[in-house]
Amino acid sequence: MTHSSPRFPAPSQAKTSQHILRPRKMARIPATVGMLAALAILTLAVTLLSPAFGMGEMSTSFVKTLGKTLCLCLAALAMDIVWGYTGILSLGHMAFFAIGGYMIGQWLMYARTQEIVVQALASGPIPATADEVAQGVATQIFGVVGGSDMPMIWGFAHSLPLQLVLVVAVPGILALIFGWLAFRSRVTGVYLSILTQAMTLALSLYLFQNDSGLRGNNGLSGLQNLPALGDVSQDLVSIWFFWASALALGLVYLGLSWGISGKFGSVLRAIRDDEARVRFLGYPVEVYKLFVFTLTAVICGLAGVLYYPQAGIINPAELAPIASIYLAVWVAIGGRGRLYGAVIGAAFVSLLSSWFTGGRAPSVNLGVYTIDWVDWWQVLLGLSFVAVTLLAPKGIGGLFDRLTGQRPPNRKGAPLGPNEGALQEQEAVE
Amino acid sequence: MRSLILAVLLACFGLHAQCDTVAQIATAHAADIAKPSRQSIGPVIADLAASGDPMAAKLLEAWGNKALGQRKADKAFFLLAPDPAGYALTDLTGASAGTAAKSDISELKPNAGVRGLIASALVQFTLSDPDPVRRADALTSIAQDPKAESLAPLRAAIDSETDPALKAQKQRLERLLTLRFDTDPAARIAAIDSFGSDLGLDLRAALNPLLATSRIATQDDGAGLNIARVLHPGRDLTAVEAYDLLVTTGAAPARLTHDDQKKALAAQITDGKVGGIAVADLTDQAARDRAYTALEAAGAVPTAATDDEVTAAIAAHHFYEAYAEPDASVTAAAQAALAKISRVVGAMQVADLTLDGLSLAAIYFLAAIGLAITFGVMGVINMAHGEFITMGAYTGYVVQQIVPGYTASLIVAFPLAFALTFGAGVALERLVIRHLYKRPLETLLATFGISIALQQLFKNIFGTQARPLTSPPWLDGALTLNDVVSISYIRIAIFGLALLFLGFFLYLMNRTRLGLEVRAVTQNPAMAASMGINPDRINMLTFGLGSGIAGIAGVAIGLFAKVTSELGTDYIVQSFMTVVVGGVGNIWGALAGATMIGGFQKAIEWLNPSNTLAAQTYMILFIILFIQFRPRGIIALKGRAAGD
Repeated sequence: MTHSSPRFPAPSQAKTSQHILRPRKMARIPATVGMLAALAILTLAVTLLSPAFGMGEMSTSFVKTLGKTLCLCLAALAMDIVWGYTGILSLGHMAFFAIGGYMIGQWLMYARTQEIVVQALASGPIPATADEVAQGVATQIFGVVGGSDMPMIWGFAHSLPLQLVLVVAVPGILALIFGWLAFRSRVTGVYLSILTQAMTLALSLYLFQNDSGLRGNNGLSGLQNLPALGDVSQDLVSIWFFWASALALGLVYLGLSWGISGKFGSVLRAIRDDEARVRFLGYPVEVYKLFVFTLTAVICGLAGVLYYPQAGIINPAELAPIASIYLAVWVAIGGRGRLYGAVIGAAFVSLLSSWFTGGRAPSVNLGVYTIDWVDWWQVLLGLSFVAVTLLAPKGIGGLFDRLTGQRPPNRKGAPLGPNEGALQEQEAVE
Repeated sequence: MRSLILAVLLACFGLHAQCDTVAQIATAHAADIAKPSRQSIGPVIADLAASGDPMAAKLLEAWGNKALGQRKADKAFFLLAPDPAGYALTDLTGASAGTAAKSDISELKPNAGVRGLIASALVQFTLSDPDPVRRADALTSIAQDPKAESLAPLRAAIDSETDPALKAQKQRLERLLTLRFDTDPAARIAAIDSFGSDLGLDLRAALNPLLATSRIATQDDGAGLNIARVLHPGRDLTAVEAYDLLVTTGAAPARLTHDDQKKALAAQITDGKVGGIAVADLTDQAARDRAYTALEAAGAVPTAATDDEVTAAIAAHHFYEAYAEPDASVTAAAQAALAKISRVVGAMQVADLTLDGLSLAAIYFLAAIGLAITFGVMGVINMAHGEFITMGAYTGYVVQQIVPGYTASLIVAFPLAFALTFGAGVALERLVIRHLYKRPLETLLATFGISIALQQLFKNIFGTQARPLTSPPWLDGALTLNDVVSISYIRIAIFGLALLFLGFFLYLMNRTRLGLEVRAVTQNPAMAASMGINPDRINMLTFGLGSGIAGIAGVAIGLFAKVTSELGTDYIVQSFMTVVVGGVGNIWGALAGATMIGGFQKAIEWLNPSNTLAAQTYMILFIILFIQFRPRGIIALKGRAAGD
């Protein structure tokens, strides 16, 4: 990988390197390097300010908030690939995120409850049998929904490796089946969006039932307590998860920016701009779309795995359709079709959102009416979303374009394609 | 005992029609009336019943209500009524007998058992009461709580009945009681057969107890039992259930639960060992069983059934499901009658389900018809459509706060809701959607923003709790065809409204200038413009119209759904599904889509009752699969109208 590449490849290089031997170049390397550097600096700063390793200037809960934000950025990256690059506006990726959370939550809750039950039974005069422990765990977990039997879907919950396999497999297979069904029947555009939204709604309605086997609307709780590490303070746990989230974000960012910089990325963008033409050129469009859809679902699942132990609780409300819409909102505000845009958008909007809804934002007194941001933040968010779509389709990313002097592509009156906000300057240059 | 009283009562009634006056009877039985017991009261009631004196019923009633008293001075009986001076007295001929101080009267307070006998004797009087209302009340009370004792008085009261309606009611009730309580099986079977194809709930309620079964375990072959079916342990009932049955009937000792075993073992720990087995080794059930058996052998713990003993006990018994009713011919007749009823009821339920499905379809159609215009015809995705529905419902609520009278407020609310949402739709089209016609995905996102903002706005204005939107009284209640099939008027009204909208839509699109222009603009805006049509104006009007219809639908939906800020969200996904499944751009498609979705959802709910969440889940999965086979919906546009 050459790090010194300018934005436009030199003509000689482009002509001589039409074969596999051509070294892949990172798209927008300054952005990738800048983003990774910023992430490293943030990690260092948080570590130094954290209660566990530093001065303790930052509360444990804020470390967790930042860690969760990094996970949301990771999901937004996936959303950017599937929407900003491939043009599939999925309104279901937060469902994959939550499924990942549910999968790891099963193990966390099971193992933790087992510890407690074993401890409680050990105080008796006679050692407990395996049956008694299993029964005790089931009663502890499912007493709240009136059950005392372990449902089938908890069959792997006793083992972390098996459950980690599920973390990848369940969102992956679900996305694979759904994507295969949707893409093979050529459902595209808004129809696909509505269909993904329906899938999300179906999943959340299913999980809301008490007999779904995942504790209905109680969800899974106590996920912040790590099994076998009950003595470790949350100060330490929070920074561990922050590191893990930062590492995951960094690695995925690096991997994705490598992936989209080559021919693969070009095909994705081509599918976004004119799917039929790509198909006529002989590319298996459905395979590309299915691959991207599944890959991003798995990334979202992994992000959920890191997110929910920091949040401590997961319930079906987490995968309500609105959550996935917010994911799209973050990416749109940050700027589609550029990875750093997704990260900035997710971080900016979700932190701003928690600042406003947390009641910390000062109220605005208008004399006749006081605007309390807890009540009005959603209105502002909704309207600003309309404004971004109408006035600044490039979102915050547009600011960077302006700073670096990039102008929108000039196609001399020809339409800019269906997804103006995601277009990049160099794509317009022949 | 009771049948004895009845026999006496009937004998007296039948043989000497006119015994004595009530006053004479009371004097004769003075001691029994003053200190009644369940044994001694029989002859008194029998004599009273036989007297034919209208005062007899009043006496019994007062007696049962603890309003009968005995004057201490002369031991004479009076009916008591509260009075400032103590009691107002009425003597047993019905004449007023002045008042008396409370201290002069000893009130008679028969115990509950006696009062029960008095009450059932009273039934006979009330069944023959001159007042038809009281007779009807008596019939109702018997029907609600059928008892064997009521049968004889009821039979006795049929012939004297003059009112034909009441007579028919009495005869029906008599047959219902006969089939349950008569002593002659032939009479019971005849009563069962006499109902023919009757579907009444009361008949089913009378037949079902005849077929009540209980599980019985015997060591012999179950002779003398009216056996419904033979139960095989392991197939028809679990081994645990079978053994529990043996324990409850006392045929086997209680099973040793794991908890009890553990406690027993814990109590017997000596030197770290129980029954010769080290405590640390007791980590599985087999080891515990061995330890317990060793303790049993040593006599340290009571004998209790372990697993192999349980198996042996179950094998030694036969298990039956037996009718409580001993007569097999009666149960067979009841079963046949019930089977016939359940076939007819099944057919009725299908009809009822169809009605339910249709009314749900009407609701979906109503919610989706605005969308069929904006999304189906214009191709604009408006995710704020659900909020327009909510807006209509809240308009209805606000109007009801201002305009008195539910009917009047509805008449005001419908046009007002249309006007408001029409305005909102036009504003949305002018300010946002107009700029995004070429970018459908971004239309979707921008209208999502509107949807989020509007929803929060509703929350800020109206709060999070549900607001009532009350339907006018003439929409309350339901049209009941029989015990099974019924449909509420409000659903019929919604069905009618949906049909009205369908007609309106068809007229508008196919018969008016506006419809023509709309179709022209959606097919080819540039060509339409060159023909002198203003596409901007047409788009604005069409979008406003679709939104306005959503507002009207909102008022209608608000009448039966909870009006909250999330009302629209509940319908938006279904509405889009309706349009997509039905086929975009075609009103008949929306109708077909709504019918299919409504019908299927009801069918799934029927297969899996009490679980609407699951029904919705499966419905959505079904839609996703359906789109595989008909990606363009049920009714796909063909040719040029299909666009791209």
